[in-house]
Amino acid sequence: MVNREVVGAHYGLRDWLAQRITAVIMLVFTLLLILALVSLPKFDFWHWQALWNLSLMRYAALLFLVALLYHAWVGVRNIFMDYIKDSGLRLTLYVVVILALISYGAWTVQILWGI
Amino acid sequence: MRLSIYRYNPDVDEKPYMKDYDIQLEPTDRMLLDALIRLKSTDDTFSFRRSCREGVCGSDAMNINGKNGLACVTKVADLKEPVVIRPLPGLPVIRDLIVDMSQFFKQYHSVTPYVVNETPRPETERLQSPEDREELNGLYECILCACCSTSCPSFWWNPDKFVGPAGLLQAYRFIADTRDQATNERLDNLEDPYRLFRCHSIMNCVDVCPKGLNPTKAIGKIKDLLVKRTV
Repeated sequence: MVNREVVGAHYGLRDWLAQRITAVIMLVFTLLLILALVSLPKFDFWHWQALWNLSLMRYAALLFLVALLYHAWVGVRNIFMDYIKDSGLRLTLYVVVILALISYGAWTVQILWGI
Repeated sequence: MRLSIYRYNPDVDEKPYMKDYDIQLEPTDRMLLDALIRLKSTDDTFSFRRSCREGVCGSDAMNINGKNGLACVTKVADLKEPVVIRPLPGLPVIRDLIVDMSQFFKQYHSVTPYVVNETPRPETERLQSPEDREELNGLYECILCACCSTSCPSFWWNPDKFVGPAGLLQAYRFIADTRDQATNERLDNLEDPYRLFRCHSIMNCVDVCPKGLNPTKAIGKIKDLLVKRTV
């Protein structure tokens, strides 16, 4: 392959925008969680369990999780784009990160629905 | 005045080194450039670029006490001694404070930095309303000194792919120009994870610009237009 400087993949806007929207989602959930925690009458296991038994809480947490994973993917890919020069290595790292994020997602769902 | 200056002559020196100087300033030596010219009169091997000596040509951009700036508009009185002077970071050094700006200008040329207008040329100038002209303030003043792009880590890591703050400010300058008809092509050209989206808005460019311009704001406006075009 010839060694040409190639640039112009024509994407990036959606990820950039999504990173901002997911940040807002995470902020709202974090505030919601803090509010829920301080409004617990007593901070013990039973109240904690009762909180996470609420469907609203679980679905909100799931939404937060999706936002977090997308946000993390865009951010980590940005770091690789900045610092990793070799495109083969970069692609490998992308795959590793995607697989790791999917596993974290599955693991979190398992925890959320296992309480 | 005490100066510590980056010296490197690839024909003679194996590697760059810092050299200390003590120079006697005259009362008329008000700006750092005056001090450097004074120094060159005692050591003519010392090399740097300068031309207009009043902040218009952008030739004498350098790293002064860790911050990029123009020597000709930097007051000697404001500098903490010893004044450490290095070439602009991230560009290949040709000799002493002289850097190879090819990469910087390549990025500048990549944004089509001129008005594109296919309509027949009118008898007189293409006129703008005062309001339309107002849009260009804060954009057209750029002198391409490269202080901003060479203070930008994204440009350090990807100078071949990221347009950099100077180039993007110029790109927006022509997007904002009502006489230009190539807005869509310009946005197409920039919509890219490397060319535009390496900017993470850390605003180093705004911090160093000797003309007080705001490339981050211009980049934000390009992103706003991309969003407007998409949603």
